[in-house]
Amino acid sequence: MMEKPLNNRAWLMVAPVFVLVLFSALLPMMTVVNYSVQDSLGQNQFFWNGDAWFRELLDPSKEIGARFADALLRNLSFSLVALLIEVPLGIAVALTLPRGGRAVGPVLVIIALPMLIPWNVVGTIWQIFSRADIGLFGAALTGLGLHYNVTQDAISAWSTIVVIDVWHWTPLVILLIYAGLRAIPDAYYQAARIDAASRWATFINIELPKLQKVLVLVILLRFMYTFMIYTEPFVVTGGGPGSATTFLSIDLVKIALGQVDLGPAAAMSLVYNLITLTLCWIFFTVMVQLDRRRYA
Amino acid sequence: MSICLESVSMVSMGESIINDVSLTVERGSMNVLLGPTQAGKTTLMRLMAGLDKPTSGRILVDGKDATGVPVRERSVAMVYQQFMNYPSLSVYENIASPLRVAKLKSDEIDRRVLKVARLLGLESMLDRLPHQLSGGQQQRTAIARAIVKDADLVLLDEPLANLDYKLREELREELPSILQQAGAILVYATAEPLEALLLGGITATLSEGRVIQCGPTPQVYHRPNHIDSARVFSDPPLNEVTATKQGDLVRLGVDITVPAVGVVAKVADGIYTLGFRGDMVRLEAPWPASVSLPGRIALAEISGSESFVHVETALGTFVCVERGVSMRQPDQSVTLHIDAARIFLFDRAGLPVAVAPDS
Amino acid sequence: MARIRLDGIAHSYDTRSSTPALKRLDHVWQHGRAYALLGPSGCGKTTLLNIISGLIMPSEGRVLFDEKDVTEQPTERRNIAQVFQFPVIYDTMSVGENLAFPLKNRGIERSAIKARVAEVADLLGLTKDLSRRARNLTAEAKQRVSLGRGLVRSDVAAILLDEPLTVIDPSLKWQLRSKLKAVHRALDLLMIYVTHDQVEALTFADEVVVMKDGSVLQAATPARLFEQPEHTFVGYFIGSPGMNLVAAEVEGHVAHVAGQPIELGARYPKLAAASTVLGFRPDYTFLTPDGGGVPVRIRRLEDLGRRRLARVALGPHEIFATVPHDVRIDGEQAHLAIRQDRLFVYAHDELVTGDRR
Repeated sequence: MMEKPLNNRAWLMVAPVFVLVLFSALLPMMTVVNYSVQDSLGQNQFFWNGDAWFRELLDPSKEIGARFADALLRNLSFSLVALLIEVPLGIAVALTLPRGGRAVGPVLVIIALPMLIPWNVVGTIWQIFSRADIGLFGAALTGLGLHYNVTQDAISAWSTIVVIDVWHWTPLVILLIYAGLRAIPDAYYQAARIDAASRWATFINIELPKLQKVLVLVILLRFMYTFMIYTEPFVVTGGGPGSATTFLSIDLVKIALGQVDLGPAAAMSLVYNLITLTLCWIFFTVMVQLDRRRYA
Repeated sequence: MSICLESVSMVSMGESIINDVSLTVERGSMNVLLGPTQAGKTTLMRLMAGLDKPTSGRILVDGKDATGVPVRERSVAMVYQQFMNYPSLSVYENIASPLRVAKLKSDEIDRRVLKVARLLGLESMLDRLPHQLSGGQQQRTAIARAIVKDADLVLLDEPLANLDYKLREELREELPSILQQAGAILVYATAEPLEALLLGGITATLSEGRVIQCGPTPQVYHRPNHIDSARVFSDPPLNEVTATKQGDLVRLGVDITVPAVGVVAKVADGIYTLGFRGDMVRLEAPWPASVSLPGRIALAEISGSESFVHVETALGTFVCVERGVSMRQPDQSVTLHIDAARIFLFDRAGLPVAVAPDS
Repeated sequence: MARIRLDGIAHSYDTRSSTPALKRLDHVWQHGRAYALLGPSGCGKTTLLNIISGLIMPSEGRVLFDEKDVTEQPTERRNIAQVFQFPVIYDTMSVGENLAFPLKNRGIERSAIKARVAEVADLLGLTKDLSRRARNLTAEAKQRVSLGRGLVRSDVAAILLDEPLTVIDPSLKWQLRSKLKAVHRALDLLMIYVTHDQVEALTFADEVVVMKDGSVLQAATPARLFEQPEHTFVGYFIGSPGMNLVAAEVEGHVAHVAGQPIELGARYPKLAAASTVLGFRPDYTFLTPDGGGVPVRIRRLEDLGRRRLARVALGPHEIFATVPHDVRIDGEQAHLAIRQDRLFVYAHDELVTGDRR
């Protein structure tokens, strides 16, 4: 809309960023693309393989295809479970937070604490936490009579990963929803009181509709994070027991570095990236549509 | 010094915002751009300032082509509707900011800031922050910042629109004399006809990206050169009736026939649009040459000095201006008398019809 | 049906601050009348409205609905309806569902709700929009829906409106004003309207309460406020331009302004010069065609299309005067005449009634 007069000096200032992005992202990316269309006979001799790796990857009857499909399924189910717990929980907690006054600051800080802990530290904390012998969590659960063993029982491993993610990231949901709630003008709550609306009716008719955009953002962010999960399961369960918690990212690393099957790994990482981007784009389009409808 | 827009057009996102506008603004008098919202006033001002480039046409500053010259290289100051001040700087620093950017000496800055602050009545508030001031004072600070620059061109984009009506009145009373002291080319955009009349100078009426009429304000008001110009320059809105003249009779609308009197009597047979402002109708008594219609009061909007009385008739709802506080109640039956000697007569193309003077 | 009485109401938001938001006042709001609270920003009108609605509990005093003390009762128990500055509607519901909501929450049965919603929609011109989603309407229509939600409850005692035309397009404001007046006449409800715009207040209300700095300056009909302001602020605030207020020396039936004598319409005792002000509206101040009256110097002429105003100087004082159609202006000198029965004397900003015998 506004045509700023051209000032080419700005390009010089941006140049270093370009160089950095080039080396840290673009060139490695090109390497991956390169590997994904080549095969090797060993001793660093590569020949063109076309889309063979891709086709093998997407064919569930092939070994690699089956692995990919399984891992993808694990990622999707994990994201779903995590979202189903985190979003309602986050909303519920955000609704109970004080709207004003001196308590707000400290409360928000305390809630945000889990987010500030680095991923692998989180993993390490929970690795110990979940041990049946010395970990508080593990010991408590076994003490209650539950069969809990992270390294041997798939259900325990899964639930632990879910709990870790909920503990680590629900605060993000809480804070974003809280901000969204605070943006609702008081007049709406006053009108609801005058209309004798119950708390539930106020939630359904005022708060939830006004949180639409924030909710889409929250779901987008949480979905992306959970879909790309790596560090926590890697540190706590190592992908086990068996392949119970082997998510796409972990599998990728196993294939690429463990088996040194660069071709399939490269192909897998590209497809993984593409899925992530597509889902991201879908969410974004939904958000823009919501925006446009609002101003229609 | 003058700024001339030559056949300027501006298309943005497929929409034509400004349509072949040729306009000259000069130093010495207030130049008012009058038009409803979305008429293109802001865009025209941005083109004059150099914030936007026109899609076609030229912009000449003092005769020299300045079409591509960016705003930073021009001498422009702008005041917006939303009082824009730097929230973390005091009033003094706000006013001084353009001078500091120009790297003037401290004592020179001090002299100029105090002079302008006194002009706008801000001397006692120089150390306050914008959020501690009232809306009117914040806007005065913005105006002060604009004129302290001694820019060649000062643009004001509906600067009073966000103020309470009393503050608006006060500032509007002071603005002409304050701005005259600035000695720059002044361009003032507004959507209110009353403001254009109060500021005087030259008015250009705008509608849908076109300049309809430009000239001394009273002239544009009393002698519109097109029905659109009359429509823009009327508050309350212009009352309109379609009239078909045949011999001694005039058919108004579809089925009301009255004798042809006043200006209508002096023109040839044909189809016309009668346009009349709120002060060209009244309810108490007929005029010497009157067209009278029965009607019903819909609402009387009272502003104290005047009342706008909305009257529903068979030809539509008309607005009549009465002096003082109107005692009219809704649903009262009244007769609307239109002063046929003063109404505007427009032909099918919207152009005013020349009326032969009384012999 | 209610008569609301305010008994000794006063309010301070910040008990440490010395300026109260609302100074002590008593007022009666009669059933079935339309009132406007008019005043500049910060005068306390919204505070007063919120005390009546129950959103704020006053620091002092009592609120009585039909002589029943409701000061402690929250908003939802007071049977009032409130319309806010911006339309407050339930986005997910249709217009009909919006209107039905307050009745549904109170457990009214379905057929009664349907009938009432149809009645109110008809009154507000919303019948054809009943099944549309509320959020797709224009701002003006949304405000009607907000108003409608207040009107559906047949037991509603009063409707409180807090600057409801703020977000409405200026060219459409008169339509909503018209609707509000029509609703008032049809339903005969007590309506209290807060605004800082004189046109809204004077158009809408039977009685206008003018406020400034937390006090009520005058409560009267629009005509009376215009013709006989009891406080200099009322004279200044109402009317465009406001009343001329000039310092004067008053004794007997003559006032001296900048040395010039002006005949008054009544006799007054000698008043202290420092606090005495003469007030007269530009609408009743004329430049004379034949040189009779007080000599003044013309500073600026304003052609407002349908009338002409002159800014003249009487000594150091600047005065607005009407220039009648038949008066020609030559040069800088002119003469001023003021309608005597519209000439008022104020001492310490308050109207002084003279002896008119």
